[in-house]
Amino acid sequence: MNQTNQTAKTVYLTTYWIWIALFVIAPLVLVVYYSFFDIDGNLSLENYQTFFTSTYLSMTLSSFWYAFLITFFSLLVGYPTAYLLTKTKHKQLWLLLILLPSWINLLLKAYAFLGIFGTYGITNQFLEAIGIGTKQILFTDFSFVFVSVYIFIPFMILPIYNAIEKLPPSLVYASRDLGASNWTTFRRVIFPLTLDGVKSGIQIVFIPALSLFMITRLIAGNRVITLGTAIEQQFLVTQNWGMGSTIAVFLILAMVLVMVVTRDWGAKGAVRR
Amino acid sequence: MKKLVIMLAIPLIVSFGLLLWIQQLNAAQGFGGDNTLVVYNWGDYIDEELIGEFEEQSGLKVVYQTFDSNEAMLTKIEQGGTAFDVAVPSDYAISKMREENLLLPIDYDKLENFDNIDPRFLDKSFDPGNKYSVPYFWGTVGIVYNPELVDGEITSWNDLWEMPLENDILLADGTREVMGFGLNSLGYSLNTTNKDELIEAEQKLEMLWPNIKAIVGDEIKMLMANREAAAAVVWSGDASEIMYENEELTYVIPEEGTNLWFDNLVIPSTAQNVDGAHQFIDFMLDADIAARNTDYVGYSTPNEAALEFLDEEVTSDERFYPSREVTQDLEVYENLGKRMNAYYNELYLRFKMQSK
Repeated sequence: MNQTNQTAKTVYLTTYWIWIALFVIAPLVLVVYYSFFDIDGNLSLENYQTFFTSTYLSMTLSSFWYAFLITFFSLLVGYPTAYLLTKTKHKQLWLLLILLPSWINLLLKAYAFLGIFGTYGITNQFLEAIGIGTKQILFTDFSFVFVSVYIFIPFMILPIYNAIEKLPPSLVYASRDLGASNWTTFRRVIFPLTLDGVKSGIQIVFIPALSLFMITRLIAGNRVITLGTAIEQQFLVTQNWGMGSTIAVFLILAMVLVMVVTRDWGAKGAVRR
Repeated sequence: MKKLVIMLAIPLIVSFGLLLWIQQLNAAQGFGGDNTLVVYNWGDYIDEELIGEFEEQSGLKVVYQTFDSNEAMLTKIEQGGTAFDVAVPSDYAISKMREENLLLPIDYDKLENFDNIDPRFLDKSFDPGNKYSVPYFWGTVGIVYNPELVDGEITSWNDLWEMPLENDILLADGTREVMGFGLNSLGYSLNTTNKDELIEAEQKLEMLWPNIKAIVGDEIKMLMANREAAAAVVWSGDASEIMYENEELTYVIPEEGTNLWFDNLVIPSTAQNVDGAHQFIDFMLDADIAARNTDYVGYSTPNEAALEFLDEEVTSDERFYPSREVTQDLEVYENLGKRMNAYYNELYLRFKMQSK
């Protein structure tokens, strides 16, 4: 009995390790490896030198800025939504409705916004009707952040919703019994205890937001250039895999940074509690 | 646990079953490995009815796949994997593929309809003697604009800077195209390798930003037809599609000169069905077929014999069928090599970063 358990465990573990080695470690190693080759295939640090020029540094900064905005607004809208969701009667139905749009292809959704935000689109017809007049919405920072938030928001709502659901109601009752106001209860009890959900939400949104491409062209008309756009161009247009990999290396570093920052933030919160 | 196993097993069994079913369907219709033909073309670049006709005529099953840039196509062919039998790269991509031995020579004994092609589109620098490629469509890069939204007539690249077009220009997202018109507007060759000229062109392009509304891809056609902007830098073929959708618009080949491009049929070295590939190319060269295809796609055909089957109004349109005098001054993209190509892209990225 014990013997078979042991074998089963080994089998499971081996599959796991093979998976990790093939699909996590190997690609990472390859990305780092390619980043040390210049466009002619010679070993060099040229790509890293190029990265530290103003073009790529300002691109990195602007990527971070937009990713921050997208995450911030997703959280701003996502947290209250998740909170209200737990209070509704047909939770599962509402949750399904919120998740439903993420089943539709990203490209289709982006194309739909071309129509909605266009000069002669619904939004501008509405603005015209109420007397504000036609505004340029498409190809602006606003439309870029708006559409990105729309796309990412289910990924912010879901972990927060789960965290709030798991919160024992007795804690909230206790807080009320002890005379805390609604706001204090939220600030001192509910929010700190659902921080884990917020953290995973931020991680899931911020990191893909850093590497968005496609939407930068469709919705922002290339007026927003993110690291993702640059990687796409290096791989598909320039065919400079080395430079593309170098940008990807920095993207990975950024992800690690985000993970570390959000983790520490949680740890500090725990101490304060 | 048991439930989990069942949940995992069901999709596995279903997809496996579907796979078998597809294979059986294909076998039942007599489509095996030998009588398929994999065609790799740009999106929306053939009258799909013709594929059906070719299948009927030849007894081959056509697997039709599309790409949206030469580079994406090149990468896929270089990687192998899929056995593409016919592909449709543009001029500079052909010269690149030629250098990298990714093409099989065309056997002209197997092409009865080759004489239909106008000789002025043959023997270009990217494929001397047309050893590897047969012209499919050709065109120019120019400006499509809406005279009702523009005050005056656009005739040159410099008009984009000088006319009151604030926030009213769309650009097709292509490195060679955008850098090319920047260079042309200064009177330089769009194949220049002189870095000073390139930097000057990039700086001039940066000054165009106040007029640029966006740099977009294929959606440029829809946006222009919907009057989203007054003018756009596009390929002539896209322009003709836009003008088909919205008749207000017109197209102009700028007077400083521009790019003359070709998309040619080639047989990549990945081909498994070389005979079938020749059959397909010959089929597309047939005057009647080429005319119908041109009618559908809307690009300019190099097939002289096909012109007779087309509307006189179309073939006499100097905007899309410019005369020999015009085309001989236009430049075909040269393959600039990896380094120079990367430099063009770097400048293009720098230009894009200056949008604010």
